[in-house]
Amino acid sequence: MSEADGEPPLLVVEGLTKAYPGVLANDHVSFSVAHGEVHALLGENGAGKSTLVKMIYGLVRPDEGRMMLEGRPYAPHRPSDARRAGVAMVFQHFSLFEALNVAENIALGMEDPPPQGELSARIREVSVAYGLPLDPERIVGELSAGERQRVEIIRCLLQNPKLLIMDEPTSVLTPQEVEILFRTLRKLSAEGTAILYISHKLEEVIDLCENATILRHGKVVATCNPREHSARELAELMVGEILTPPHRERAELGDVVLEVRGLSLQATSHFGTSLKDICFSLRAGEVLGIGGVAGNGQDELLAALSGERPTAADTIRLNGQEIGALGPNERRALGLLAAPEERLGHAAAPDMSLTENALLTGAVRERLVRRGLIDWPRSRAFAKRITEVFDVRTPGTEVPARALSGGNLQKFVIGREVLQRPEVLVVNQPTWGVDASAAAAIRQAILDLAEGGAGVIVISQDLDELMEISDTFAALNEGRLSAPRPARGLSVEEIGLMLGGVHGAKVEEGADAGA
Amino acid sequence: MDYSAIDPALLLATLMISATPILLAAIGELVVEKAGVLNLGVEGMMITGAICGFAIAVESGNPFLGLIAAALAGAALSLVFAFLTQILLSNQVATGLALTLFGLGLSSLIGKPYAGIKPPASPRLDIPLLSDIPVLGPILFRHDPMVYVSLALVAAVWFFLKYTRAGLILRAVGENHDAAHALGYKVVRIRFLAIMFGGACAGLGGAYLSLIRVPQWTEGMTAGAGWIALALVVFASWRPWRVLLGAYLFGGITVLQLNLQAAGLAIPVEYLSMSPYIVTILVLVYISARKGRGNLDAPASLGRTFHATH
Repeated sequence: MSEADGEPPLLVVEGLTKAYPGVLANDHVSFSVAHGEVHALLGENGAGKSTLVKMIYGLVRPDEGRMMLEGRPYAPHRPSDARRAGVAMVFQHFSLFEALNVAENIALGMEDPPPQGELSARIREVSVAYGLPLDPERIVGELSAGERQRVEIIRCLLQNPKLLIMDEPTSVLTPQEVEILFRTLRKLSAEGTAILYISHKLEEVIDLCENATILRHGKVVATCNPREHSARELAELMVGEILTPPHRERAELGDVVLEVRGLSLQATSHFGTSLKDICFSLRAGEVLGIGGVAGNGQDELLAALSGERPTAADTIRLNGQEIGALGPNERRALGLLAAPEERLGHAAAPDMSLTENALLTGAVRERLVRRGLIDWPRSRAFAKRITEVFDVRTPGTEVPARALSGGNLQKFVIGREVLQRPEVLVVNQPTWGVDASAAAAIRQAILDLAEGGAGVIVISQDLDELMEISDTFAALNEGRLSAPRPARGLSVEEIGLMLGGVHGAKVEEGADAGA
Repeated sequence: MDYSAIDPALLLATLMISATPILLAAIGELVVEKAGVLNLGVEGMMITGAICGFAIAVESGNPFLGLIAAALAGAALSLVFAFLTQILLSNQVATGLALTLFGLGLSSLIGKPYAGIKPPASPRLDIPLLSDIPVLGPILFRHDPMVYVSLALVAAVWFFLKYTRAGLILRAVGENHDAAHALGYKVVRIRFLAIMFGGACAGLGGAYLSLIRVPQWTEGMTAGAGWIALALVVFASWRPWRVLLGAYLFGGITVLQLNLQAAGLAIPVEYLSMSPYIVTILVLVYISARKGRGNLDAPASLGRTFHATH
């Protein structure tokens, strides 16, 4: 969709520089986006993508450099300037207000919103036109992740933007929802709207984008057409090193170590999901991948398995012993360990040091507590061992967990459980928001653990990850678990069907609207 | 015992007067909390308003000027809170508690010369025609103007939050300050304004006590009314009309138990004195628990410190 050479590009960025104390987030970044072009911005976490788009959207002011929009100087002081100039943005962590309804949320993101009734009608109109059905009266807290994203997109579309910035839009969507989104984006691009697409999912970028700017440590390291490169080459450009995919020797699976039969659990909160009759068994040396879109019972399943929420004794058996009614520490003592999704606040206490955090789950199996007294030297040694073995980059073990970057803390949280030599390990979203090299290290650690004879359950929304490391795959949909199937040979369509398709829209509808 | 001394019409009329100070303070605090700020200094701002309003009314001889001064004094004290919590990012709970203690101390310092003085009388507003309706007239339409102001304020706050864009933005700031900031709204400025509104309302509530309801100045005369106002906001699930219901319930039982005490009911006075607190809390807990939605009504950013990271 690139314009003829004579016409000036829509957006030109020249030498943008932004420094934060101790780090140069953007170092003389330059690139340009043509009318109707889908332009990818690729890079690891911390490469400076977010800072860059925040400058374009007027949330952050550059220290140096300038921007041109449609040939005119462009220096937004605040987001409303950017919106008026025709730049809209869909955020990575949805910037929505859960207690407000869809129409109110959309009104908040507009400069001059029409009265509620009129706005609701326009929301319906636009949402149908782009194949993104949405009810303006619903409370956002009750919507699925995919539907929430639609709210953000429609909020942008109502202002007829010339440039739409999308920050990691597909991380929470099912494959079918991604397909609908891409169809919408292609339609927009065909109508002349340029899209700046931020992602670290390379397959998507290759599928969707005509141009890519790759950032590393705040600098542009390459500008290329992603279709002329393999995902591997792009990844190595991003990371700046050669990546080795995780591997292991496929060994014979051992006996059943964990057996779950008829596990049902009522949701605790209004927005939670109840677990319904979950059945599966896990053998020694097996990696069971559990896929599913967020909010389909992942957190509840982890809580039930870890012992945070005890159930009937006979629903969960570890090596034949009934453990359903036991709490987390008793289960740990027996060899069942868990690492929940939320790094800060659930898996780790943000303001406590790494040593204290290591102590919190390691106390039982590593014998860090004796007669009710803490053995500090042993605890420190355990925390130090975790940071060394798992290459956690930290000034020391006495820094608070909060001070670590997401990837480093995740390595610490997973390493803490792996080093306790579990018989069964349950992890939820082990590589969420973690950069490629840290993710590779975590996946390798999980595979090594399985090779050593432990059973591992990986709950994740990243299907590529699950396909890479799982022996068997099962899908979690509205609190029900599908029958596990061998992961090798499953196609994307089969997985999509196991995940229960798409929320609120059929694929055919999307196809009609996108045609 | 002589219950015949209790006149239902008079009881209902005094109910409105006894509820007004709490209602004023609570409706102000509701707006503050809807913007995501927890100001525990209501008691301190009320009593500062009570003495400043009293002093100005006595010095000028004009109770109306006193009320204005009280609102200004409450707002000025809340500005201290706003500066500490929004600019210097201090802890809201600790700062609010300190504000209460500071207000109590400050008011007794200012109030020393005013103990035992009678303030100028406030005019009563008998609404023509309506006040002549039998029974309803004396109950509803023969009050001082502040009673009607407080009712109008509840309606205005309800309308503001529900129907205006500014109200929507204020709720958005209280719901998710990071998202509001990302959309380009001035979180700190909006919170400053909300906190000052809350301070002014609390000051007015205090002055209503010292100028109209009692009317006299005694040290510590708010006697926990600010805390009741704070609790009302929570138990009313942050809804203006429920705050009104709660305040009138509390006021009604306060008046009733005083009457019962006077009539010599054979229940220890201590139980009667605690009854308004217990009944109000029970009723509002029942209302908010019925829906089974937990504390979903609480503004999600309530009490959290906002710091723009970029």
